[in-house]
Amino acid sequence: MNATPDLTKARRSSEPWHTFPVTIRRVCAEAPNVMTYDFEFDNHADAQQYAFAPGQFNMLYVPGAGEAAISIAGRTSEGRFLKHTIRTVGVVTQAIAKGGVGMSLGLRGPFGTSWPVDFFSHPFLKRDVIVVAGGIGLAPLRSLVLFLIQHREKVGSVRLLIGARSPEDVVYESELNEWSENGVEIHVTVDRPSLNWRGQVGVVTLLLGRIAIPSPQSTLVMTCGPEVMMRYVAKSAMDRKIPTENVWLTLERNMNCAIGLCGHCQLGPKFICKDGPVFRYDYVRDLLRVQHF
Amino acid sequence: MRDLPRGYRDTQEPGKYRVAESSGENYFEFNLGPHSWKQFLFPPKQSVSSCKKTDNGWEFTTNVDSPPKFAFLGVRACELAAIEVQDRVFMEGPFVDPVYQARRESTFIIAVNCTVAASTCFCTSMGTGPKCKSAFDLALTELDDGFVVEVGTTRGRSMISDLNIRKIDREHASDSQLLQQRACDQITKRMDTSGIRNLLLENLDHPHWDDVAKRCLSCTNCTMVCPTCFCSSVTEVSNLSGDQIERERQWDSCFNVDFSYTASGTVRDDVRSRYRQWLTHKLASWHDQFDSSGCVGCGRCITWCPVGIDLTAEVAAIRNTPFSNRTLPVIQPVSKAACAFPKDVKP
Repeated sequence: MNATPDLTKARRSSEPWHTFPVTIRRVCAEAPNVMTYDFEFDNHADAQQYAFAPGQFNMLYVPGAGEAAISIAGRTSEGRFLKHTIRTVGVVTQAIAKGGVGMSLGLRGPFGTSWPVDFFSHPFLKRDVIVVAGGIGLAPLRSLVLFLIQHREKVGSVRLLIGARSPEDVVYESELNEWSENGVEIHVTVDRPSLNWRGQVGVVTLLLGRIAIPSPQSTLVMTCGPEVMMRYVAKSAMDRKIPTENVWLTLERNMNCAIGLCGHCQLGPKFICKDGPVFRYDYVRDLLRVQHF
Repeated sequence: MRDLPRGYRDTQEPGKYRVAESSGENYFEFNLGPHSWKQFLFPPKQSVSSCKKTDNGWEFTTNVDSPPKFAFLGVRACELAAIEVQDRVFMEGPFVDPVYQARRESTFIIAVNCTVAASTCFCTSMGTGPKCKSAFDLALTELDDGFVVEVGTTRGRSMISDLNIRKIDREHASDSQLLQQRACDQITKRMDTSGIRNLLLENLDHPHWDDVAKRCLSCTNCTMVCPTCFCSSVTEVSNLSGDQIERERQWDSCFNVDFSYTASGTVRDDVRSRYRQWLTHKLASWHDQFDSSGCVGCGRCITWCPVGIDLTAEVAAIRNTPFSNRTLPVIQPVSKAACAFPKDVKP
């Protein structure tokens, strides 16, 4: 992969605990218990300086409740706000849900590795991309999809396969049309269809088995979802003759410091926060097979 | 000087620590207590940032640690090795820990060569002692009639320039050698470290992990006394009105259940997986992460384990009972360059 980790290097000398004050400006219900929040930096200078790559994450901080690692879903279309799609589960995410519009909180980041967007820097070497999302797993892939749309001329075909428990669990529904108008072929499948559901039913790997993959060697698969789903996605990709080194996934572990110093997020030799969260599949495949590791 | 435990020695065994009067008047006839120097360089509790509620929302401040200048007296060879291990953890990764760095850089180290060993010591197996080889400003060897002083740095040299010392003579040099050899000879515990990374990572489903899990209380003692364990958690310390909050980093342990909590469940939810995590991290994956072992052979985790679990025995048990029913692949070391690096992307 490419050269210097610019952001990491830039932050090396700075304070790893530096927290930006941000405010929630908009909340949008995505699915049951899942909300997308638009955050605005309180200080103009912070907004100017802040830059992330698709796949990275932030630590969102509710004073008194604590921090939670949340993947960056990207910016709003006009670029002013930063989007995070959050499922309400723990103390921090409950506090954010309760706070809603106008809530003041802290943000540290961005942290971690990104999707391998450098593959799309050569217009003469266009690669096909298959993005596979399970439920809220579409969140860290949203900024990737936007990146691919933005760099459309350097990318081959873009397919987005979405698997969700039920039709109402599909996130970013309002944006899907716009994405498909911009050249993203979208397939959605659900486990439990509603009465008026006319789309596909079944697990997302079935979609991967059905679509045409004309040149597997130059096809990239990027996936986020439950760990077991991603393992099956990788297996289906192998079955379709896509090389393991073309498959990328993003992992979740407990993150406390986000800078590789607190030890929580280890998976064998890996610190998910600094060596990941995005990994090439073949580098973590064996680790994922170990139960409770 | 009066604070030193002159004329006392310690006896250590798995799950046992006793202090007793010794026959002599030496200052350093003991080996190691429960507390390592880690407590000064990586404090058990440390405020990392704070926030204050204002009319315009929260205000965040990163706390700048202004540590006292430390001089450590009596640092043993295994402890020096442990400090070097933590240097790599806190100062040589992509992120430097400002708290550790500030403290470490102002610390003056007076090491002491061990002249006796406890039954739990195994520094010779880990290649860390008992002789102090580097990372000290001064190193002492205690003789019956004084100290042999070895200079490690220019800082150390200027420190002793005003002292009443003389050049070492042949007799003292040989006494010093003999005492150091005595410590070496007293070390009976061994750990075979040959191919230890692969040994452990090839045996992640070995039945012996279940055996340890039956004895281990998951009490975290081993991680608290370990001079290299670096896990921590940040907790919120709020005033009563909730408008002034300190973020306090405290030592944590991979033996705590909530340590691996995620929104989709707890990753290591049994003692077996937590002990396995601790041991394989310390002795195996540490090599991948920091190019060294995470164990320095100080033996504290053996002494302070309430049920006397001895990691050297656990490793030996795995080594001596080859497990043929393997279902897991060998975890190969992967080059650090194997990940996608973040690249600045403008919206």
